[in-house]
Amino acid sequence: MSDKAPSKPSGANTADVAEAPTAAGATEAAGAAAAAEAIVLREITKRFPGVLANDRVNLRVETGEIHAVCGENGAGKSTLMKILYGMLPYDEGEMFVDGVKTLFRSPKEAIAAGIGMVHQHFMLADNLTVLENIILGEEPTKRAGWLDFDDARERISALGEAYGLEVDLDEPVGELGIGERQRVEIIKALFRGAKVLILDEPTSVLVPHEVEELFRNMREMRSRGGTIIFIDHKLEEVLEIADRITVLRAGRTVGTVSPAEVTTRQLAEMMVGSELPAPGTKKTEPSSAVSLRVEGLNVGGEDERLLLEDVSFEVRKGEILGIAGVEGNGQQELVEALLGMRPKTKGRVLLEEADISNWPVRARREAGIGYIPEDRHRRGLLLPSPLWENTMLGYQGLPPFSWKSFWLTLTGARKKTAECVNAFDVRTPSIEVAAHALSGGNQQKLIIGREMTMNPRLLIAAHPTRGIDVGAQVAVWEALRVAREGGLAVLLVSADLDELIGLSDRLLVLYRGLIAAELSPQNVSPRELGAHMTGVADAPADRLAAPPQNAGSAR
Amino acid sequence: MSNSNHRLSLRRRMLLSLAAPLSALVLSLLVAAVVLLISGSNPIPAYGRMFSFGFELETLVDMLNRATPLYLSAVAVAIGFRMNLFNIGVEGQYILAAIIAAQVAAEVSLPAPLHLTVIILTAMAAGAAWALIAGVLKVTRNVHEVISTIMLNAIAIKLVVAMLFRRWDVPDASLNQETAEIAPSGRMPNLNSVAELVTRDIGKGRQIWGFIIVAVLVGILYWIYVARTRQGYDLRASGINPTAAEASGVNPKRTVVLTMAMSGAVAGLVGLPEILGRDYAYGLQFTQMLGFGGIAVALLGQNHPGGIALSALVFGFLDSSAPILDASGYAPQEIVEIMKGVIIFTAVITYVVTQRRKRDEEARAAARAMSSPEGEPDAFSKPEKPEKPELPELPELPAAPAADAPAEPASPPAPADTPLEPGPKPKPTKAERRRRR
Repeated sequence: MSDKAPSKPSGANTADVAEAPTAAGATEAAGAAAAAEAIVLREITKRFPGVLANDRVNLRVETGEIHAVCGENGAGKSTLMKILYGMLPYDEGEMFVDGVKTLFRSPKEAIAAGIGMVHQHFMLADNLTVLENIILGEEPTKRAGWLDFDDARERISALGEAYGLEVDLDEPVGELGIGERQRVEIIKALFRGAKVLILDEPTSVLVPHEVEELFRNMREMRSRGGTIIFIDHKLEEVLEIADRITVLRAGRTVGTVSPAEVTTRQLAEMMVGSELPAPGTKKTEPSSAVSLRVEGLNVGGEDERLLLEDVSFEVRKGEILGIAGVEGNGQQELVEALLGMRPKTKGRVLLEEADISNWPVRARREAGIGYIPEDRHRRGLLLPSPLWENTMLGYQGLPPFSWKSFWLTLTGARKKTAECVNAFDVRTPSIEVAAHALSGGNQQKLIIGREMTMNPRLLIAAHPTRGIDVGAQVAVWEALRVAREGGLAVLLVSADLDELIGLSDRLLVLYRGLIAAELSPQNVSPRELGAHMTGVADAPADRLAAPPQNAGSAR
Repeated sequence: MSNSNHRLSLRRRMLLSLAAPLSALVLSLLVAAVVLLISGSNPIPAYGRMFSFGFELETLVDMLNRATPLYLSAVAVAIGFRMNLFNIGVEGQYILAAIIAAQVAAEVSLPAPLHLTVIILTAMAAGAAWALIAGVLKVTRNVHEVISTIMLNAIAIKLVVAMLFRRWDVPDASLNQETAEIAPSGRMPNLNSVAELVTRDIGKGRQIWGFIIVAVLVGILYWIYVARTRQGYDLRASGINPTAAEASGVNPKRTVVLTMAMSGAVAGLVGLPEILGRDYAYGLQFTQMLGFGGIAVALLGQNHPGGIALSALVFGFLDSSAPILDASGYAPQEIVEIMKGVIIFTAVITYVVTQRRKRDEEARAAARAMSSPEGEPDAFSKPEKPEKPELPELPELPAAPAADAPAEPASPPAPADTPLEPGPKPKPTKAERRRRR
């Protein structure tokens, strides 16, 4: 698959990349669990109410290797690691540790089986010393329960020497830097006899030289027969340190590859998938009428960090404007500022020529801003309430849900809900069941139905397909496409690059709160887009300082 | 699925929600019986005496009079609970409101209906103002309402003492301080004559306090507000999911302040039944601790106006019938405090259990609705329809993409353009169909 032409990813091409490793991964995992395999996960499935977190995941980790697990946020990496470490039980499938079939009911059992984990957020007591933290929960004792600090000291320094991990044992953990704390966590896991170490995004908190040191330690551990499972989504790092890489996407294993046979680009393609129809499916041109105009918008600043700086753009009717960016670069703040949930510090927001900059959330929603939230459980639903109370959410002040924004009209609400459920194929026994009874995809379809049937003027769709299965994903995409053709202005924020490229008419890249680039989805690859998102774009040709280069209207 | 199924589950749900308080009652009787046995009393005659006394007409009047302020207090607490605000300050709010209202009532002289209205509005305003302090502190300084209301309770109680002594100090005695007596125009008439239409004459000087009418009205208004108005919906939404409510246009700060004020306004009424119906002044015999009793009643009644009414009556019954235990020598009357404790405790536990049951049942029903006859439970597709087009039949679809499209969906389930609306219903994706084979 290294023969992939790096030019332009047509749907068919990228699909092949993803397809091949899937088959390979499956056959690998199907092979007998030999003694050389520290961990084998076979067809592991884990469900949460409304979310399929892991869907028949396969993972095979050999003894003495550094095995990276990659995937986007929400791909199911963390869930998988929690299953491995006994924090969650799996629903279906099999797990073998050293060839023995196991199901851990608690981390204690995982530790006893020689598995240790260093969480992304450290779990250390600040006011205890390093020594006390390391032995906490596994204290060596002399007779009558006296703590044996000397024994502990000896064993820890032996470990430290063996693996090149140095820390001052008598320092309180609160005084340590991040890199040192991580080392304490690693020693702690080793002290408890870990032979397999799970590191959850260990580099996300480190500065570059600390990363180098961590990698040195990891290599040292590997050379002494240790096995490391390493979660990351920084692809360069993964290719540098890992012996093998397993990629997860949307809860499923895409495949396992060795770093020698893939490039970062191919890895990225495996991660984001290629599930979207090609961009050529757009049938209509955006109109010239502007629906949303944002002028010089600043958010934050003054006392805090500037979260958005001088953001200006417009969304026209019948146009999908995609906002790309690595999480934490201002997309969330942009959405909140447009909805009125976060105050702006400068600039203007105009909805069809009306200056809504200082309007409260309700006035903006009722003026026709639809919102598909990035996290439907947190922002979009009242989980214990019946469906018809959920379709009201956001529109409770408008007919058919209420009369003069005062009196609820329950019959109207029920009728509207029934329409929504039918039109958007929400699978539910009735509209009286609570929203938490529905699966994630059906919950999302209900939200889409709610926002679409209220005839919005602008739809803000934030990660509209996150955490739902493919069938529902397609339904959501189609709904967006139909709405676009019907003349709706859509602001699409997504972390799924193919979704952005496939659906958008134009793309803006947010990087550190600034619009770093305006791109045309017709001639940008996920790799180029990714480069702009991480601020390493070296192709100024793609960067746009002047008027929209490939905007739909120019065609 | 079918309607009959739904109706069945509705009946089940009602059964489930009744099961909790009933089992709590029965269990509390059992536990109290065990305690009685251990302490050497025979529970059967004790209960027998308690119930026969409890259902005497005069005791029932007592029960209503005890239930009325408890009910108001519980509604005040429930308003806060509905949006996850824990107003522990009902205690301070009603005591302060009572003394202020009593003072105002004694000072003004107006015709009867107007006089009463002024008193009630004064009490509500005073309670609301006191609660507002906690609300404003919460939204401006992020002070948790539990902390601020507890402290405000302490301040309110000291304030009441100070007010009694400064304003109505009698030089020779420091005990038996009370506000001046309220004129007859500011008194609430009793309802004995109404009750006596269907019962025998009420004896022993008992009077049904007229304020019960206000309590019933408050209950009805509370229900209408919470269940039928947009503001009530906003309030409930904020309680269930504050971030979703905010995204839907609810102003969280305004809702906190408003809710606190409403809770305080209702709390202001708690002291009035006895002042307007019995004492006609605020004095040392004024009943305290009703604010905390209200928390228990609201918990037992699950914040539902009807549920709260029933639980206030249960508590009122226990309180009014208990004195006979001491008088008849069967048992100490404090046994009812044990019963109250057990009721609350078991009710809260059983609520959690039944709610989980309800939730699971709904989830199963939803899963059934999703699974088609031969489909997997997680398939989103409608039952497979024979021959449907590979592509949506949208007229404006140009030829070129159509030719491309069949090649796209190759990797793990990547269906082609499945139209949602309008057009054929979503169909099984290629991968799903592959899996099925």
